[in-house]
Amino acid sequence: MLTLTCPCCGISAEETELAPGGEAHLKRFGPGSSDDEFESYLFARKNPKGVHFERWRHAYGCGKWFLAARDTVTLEVFGTYKAQTPYPTPEIVAAIQAKRPDWKPDWHQPSVNTTTTPAESLTE
Amino acid sequence: MSASPSNSTGKYSVFAIAREAMRLHTGWKKAWTSPEPKKKYQVVIVGAGGHGLATAYYLGKNFGITDIAIIEKGWLGGGNTGRNTTIIRSNYLQDPSAAIYDKALKLYENLSQDLNYNIMFSPRGLLMLAQTEHEIRGYKRTVYANQLQDVTTEWVTPHQIKEMLPIINIDGPRYPVLGGLYQPRGGTARHDAVAWGYARACSAMGMDIIQNCEVTGVETANGQVRAVNTAKGRIECDKLAMIVAGNSSVLAEMAGFRLPIESLALQALVSEPIKPCCDLVIMANTVHGYLSQSDKGEMVIGGGTDGFNNYSQRGSWHHVEETVRALVETFPMLSRLKMLRQWGGIVDMTGDRSPILSTTPVGGIFVNCGWGTGGFKAIPGSGWAMAELVANGRPGALAAEFGLNRFKEGRFIDESVAAGVAH
Repeated sequence: MLTLTCPCCGISAEETELAPGGEAHLKRFGPGSSDDEFESYLFARKNPKGVHFERWRHAYGCGKWFLAARDTVTLEVFGTYKAQTPYPTPEIVAAIQAKRPDWKPDWHQPSVNTTTTPAESLTE
Repeated sequence: MSASPSNSTGKYSVFAIAREAMRLHTGWKKAWTSPEPKKKYQVVIVGAGGHGLATAYYLGKNFGITDIAIIEKGWLGGGNTGRNTTIIRSNYLQDPSAAIYDKALKLYENLSQDLNYNIMFSPRGLLMLAQTEHEIRGYKRTVYANQLQDVTTEWVTPHQIKEMLPIINIDGPRYPVLGGLYQPRGGTARHDAVAWGYARACSAMGMDIIQNCEVTGVETANGQVRAVNTAKGRIECDKLAMIVAGNSSVLAEMAGFRLPIESLALQALVSEPIKPCCDLVIMANTVHGYLSQSDKGEMVIGGGTDGFNNYSQRGSWHHVEETVRALVETFPMLSRLKMLRQWGGIVDMTGDRSPILSTTPVGGIFVNCGWGTGGFKAIPGSGWAMAELVANGRPGALAAEFGLNRFKEGRFIDESVAAGVAH
């Protein structure tokens, strides 16, 4: 059974305690966006065979949303992290690369230092 | 692995059996050949499961296109075609679904004769149990829709169900049986035989079935497909059909586009064989369980999907537990059965629970995917419609509503009520 550690309450939660929420870090396109952008935001999914970032909710626990990095082939969990971040954190990237040296992030991160700062300021 | 003449497969008949009995069965030929790939084909189909093989078969039969390679990364029919619970039915809610699933059912009815291969089609009747008030309303609505679609289904009462199926407990405290949606023409078929029968027929038409040959890349130029790179080298093609179920997103990424698909694990299990006790196919969607008895006597049980992306062909244990727990209440006699085997397959889920048969952003590439938890029943209809799409470059009436553009245009074919769980 899949076990994820909730970064909000620290509990190691079994799959039956958790509700899956699909792909993480989607960029939202709303009113004013093009049809293609809106369609791709709503429907197009990476659905990768390998490293995947996804949303989970600790539904039968603290109730908070969080994010997890997982391998969809080996079902290995690389780590979990707070939902309030626009990209996977440097610690998560390091944890993945420690086990998958060939894996590279496919997002363009503005700068390593600023990734978590705005999100942290939202919650604290 | 050398190529042998494509006409090596003789016709199967009672006379062939008698002839072979006389010579100690030394004359049977391989049902299909295993050639090395040629440099170029008119059509390359990725995926030698039921849908891929059926597409190839109807391309040959209906359109005379036989310069086809069917490429498979594993063994023929070893994905979801060999992992499902073999249920065949066409009692869907929406008109486009009823059309393609009923086309499939009609083709299944004569498929053994058509392929000269016994697929053991058994139209024993299919019953979907209503166990909540919501399901009563949902299934009655489906009965009315089916009447308009010329698909014969009927609403049956708990009393009738008990008569049809004495092993059922209709007044369970948690999951009482409140009625059911019955399709007399529904049933099962031998899943492997469907793949083998199509493969034999394709091979006899001169098509190349290439197993153990994973696709590693898709070559395009000026928005047009050129070739696929495989474990057995580069193969050029004019047209490429991707029919790979749970691996659709992976192949689409090789070709440079994304699909509205999530790959999830779906599980099934079979019991030890017992004497005949259940001559219907039963689906209980509230509890995510479905049940039929195989010819060998095993109870074949299907469960629900996991909630997270998975390519491992292994599912979560608690889903099996939930399914069995609920089925035991509805069928108390099952509680004494030992389960022999349990397995998982990777299903390709779309948001509206309807398939995708479509052109793609790349010229010459066509996709057939998104059958999710219910692809087996659709194999002949899917192949028929896909062959039309690949041959003409545009969908015919059966596939027209199932294009990728329906997501952009908001024209969903919502089957999440009629078939939202495993089916």
